[in-house]
Amino acid sequence: MFEDGAIINELLIERLNYIIYVVLLLIGLHAMISKQNLIKKLIGMSIFQTAIILFYVSIAVKDNATIPIYKTEHDPHGDAAKAAVLDLNRSGEETKAFYAPVMLKPEETQQYSNPLPHVLMLTAIVVGVATLGLALALCLRIQQGYGTVEEDELLVKIERSDARYSQSPLAKAKNRRRTQSRNTRKPRTSVKSTKSIGKSAKPLESRDSTKTKKTTSKSNLSQPKKKPASTSRKPRSSSSKVEGSKPTTPKAPAKKASEKTRAPKKKGAE
Amino acid sequence: MDNAIAWILLFPLIGSIACALLGMVNRKLCYPISVLSMVAATWASVETLFQAVASPTAEVSYIFGGWVLDLFPRGVGIEFRADLLGALIALVVVGVGLIVSMYAKLPVEKETPRKEALYYPLFLLQITGLAGIALTGDAFNLYVLIEVAALTGYGLIAIGSNRAAAATFNYLILGTIGASLYLLGVGYVYIKTGTLNMVGIQEVIATNGLHDSPTMQVAFVLIGLGILIKMAFFPFHAWLPNAYSSAPTTTSCLLAPLVTKVMIYVMIRMVLTVFGVEFSFESTLWSEFMPWLVVIAIVCAAVMALAQREIKKMLAYLIVAEVGYMVGGVWIYNYYGFIGSIFHIISDACMTLCLFLATGIILRACKTTHFDGLRGLFSKMPLTMIGFFVGGFSIIGLPPTCGFFSKWYLITGGMVAERWEYMVVLMFSTMIMVVLFFRLIERIHLAVSESGEDLGKGHGDLGLTKEQTTFEEAPLSMLIPLLLAASIVMIIGIYNQEVVDQIELFLAPFNLPKGTGH
Repeated sequence: MFEDGAIINELLIERLNYIIYVVLLLIGLHAMISKQNLIKKLIGMSIFQTAIILFYVSIAVKDNATIPIYKTEHDPHGDAAKAAVLDLNRSGEETKAFYAPVMLKPEETQQYSNPLPHVLMLTAIVVGVATLGLALALCLRIQQGYGTVEEDELLVKIERSDARYSQSPLAKAKNRRRTQSRNTRKPRTSVKSTKSIGKSAKPLESRDSTKTKKTTSKSNLSQPKKKPASTSRKPRSSSSKVEGSKPTTPKAPAKKASEKTRAPKKKGAE
Repeated sequence: MDNAIAWILLFPLIGSIACALLGMVNRKLCYPISVLSMVAATWASVETLFQAVASPTAEVSYIFGGWVLDLFPRGVGIEFRADLLGALIALVVVGVGLIVSMYAKLPVEKETPRKEALYYPLFLLQITGLAGIALTGDAFNLYVLIEVAALTGYGLIAIGSNRAAAATFNYLILGTIGASLYLLGVGYVYIKTGTLNMVGIQEVIATNGLHDSPTMQVAFVLIGLGILIKMAFFPFHAWLPNAYSSAPTTTSCLLAPLVTKVMIYVMIRMVLTVFGVEFSFESTLWSEFMPWLVVIAIVCAAVMALAQREIKKMLAYLIVAEVGYMVGGVWIYNYYGFIGSIFHIISDACMTLCLFLATGIILRACKTTHFDGLRGLFSKMPLTMIGFFVGGFSIIGLPPTCGFFSKWYLITGGMVAERWEYMVVLMFSTMIMVVLFFRLIERIHLAVSESGEDLGKGHGDLGLTKEQTTFEEAPLSMLIPLLLAASIVMIIGIYNQEVVDQIELFLAPFNLPKGTGH
């Protein structure tokens, strides 16, 4: 019974700091590993680093000790020392040496706590701030590039772009050839739609002739089967909708092909 | 110059500040400044190595600010110590930095346009951090320099594409966990020994008999785990392949040869100089299970490298496998294993550099690093491909290159220590590397289609245009560093005995077993 109490005493009172530091460390680690949101991961990272700071500060704690600034009785620059210096000045001795730091005797140092862990933690805090700032900048970049900071959505998007990027040049060339053959075949099957789209697109996109041309060919590729006689007034938006929302519909090859035509440009931008 | 050891760090540091300031005035100033400061740092590094060889204790010591008191002969402040190992690794770091900085001009202009004033300072700071890791004699200062190297590394990778930014985020999370665990371990060491000086810690452990202290055991586990995460040892390697393969060319050329190797140097430093051989191998169980983890690591990494279809990804997994080699060389606890491990740090840095430089040129010329894009490349750029082959042969371990000799010592170590599993797995991974590189060599040399029919010059049905197969060597500013790296690989191979002599001099005081360690 008594021993149980001793254990509780030791855990809750004497080593409470260390218990808290371990708990914080684990909370931080858990958040970093299992949270989906990148910002939550960063919060976990901050908790993780703070736990280590708590650990270092805890090991520097000393009972009945003060901050490591000379106490009056040890102080070479304080009032006591000044009096001594004045005395010395009167007797005409060198005063410079008196202002040098004083080595304390071991029993005198008992009254001060160890400054080193705190100093180390100042550095660690600076490093932590730099890491956090960099990580937030990365999050911003990811948000701008992929439109999300949720890891699962991000992974899907990254996988898709990776598959496109790491495609074999042979397969790319094959795709290109298939695209070309389809381009030559297309006007026969859907002459009407091309014409109509071209007509409707021109007034909308007439600012830039090359742009219009591209839009026409794109809508030409992605639309021919579904809306053969479509007189859609917004060919651009409709085609992009098809691309974005239904990647696995029968129109997938068409979408791929349209991506291929844009691929060289995109890669340059990346 | 007496304080050449400090100048190794100061030259790149001053250079990076100068780049950042003058880069704002004119971006074109950055490249010459970075090359100049790297030349100066290389000179300082060579000077330090000669000083270390010449001095009777085989080490150079420099205490910053001259903070020495009679009570603390090891210094109150931060000490930089270059023993033979540290000086060698620093020379490798700075030398690789010099070659990459020469190479950087065109890739940086192309891949990160109008960001030179941001890129070169980070680049130089990265070298500052890595060289500092190799030279510092203070356990906490090591943490700071690890973070300097890591933070600049994140920046260097993420400055590229969005994909690189996403990969960097993972790297950042894992890297922070690793560095923080190291920091925690240093805290435990400090509680028990009351000093942060590496040699000081070693002395306290030896004089106070801290071999069985649970605090030191915990510290050892935390520091070891942190370093293993930072060096991308197999189960913790997840950050490496994506980060290195999506980084800008120059970044992967700089980081891939150095970061993991420098962390292995830190592990050797911890095992030998900080905790001591006796503590590391006899008071902990690590030498029992680490060789088996190494076996798993090498097999998995080699098989994953085999599954890749892109050179950059493949090389990234090769790095993970090579990390396994070096960690294994340490933990088989044998004299020859240590020689092999240290020599492999040097040779692996050179050959990985060689391969990544060549890959950068391939990427520039072919716009792809996919295996299929390499067909008929030898007729287009023979010199680049020779550089690539030298690196590849060194990774495989063919005799005139340095990779052969380091692998020779590693295998000897495995044999003498009767760690048969380690020996077998080295042979196994060598076989896999043979497959990897000869698969590439076949594609590069021969222009045949998938069905096997000869296509003459290689264009036509392959989807290669005529311009992809006409002779067009890489620009000289990229080709010369590559050939330099390739010749260094050969020269270290030919003069391997000189390097090994220095390593043996370094290892002599540690009394490592030359037979079985247990």
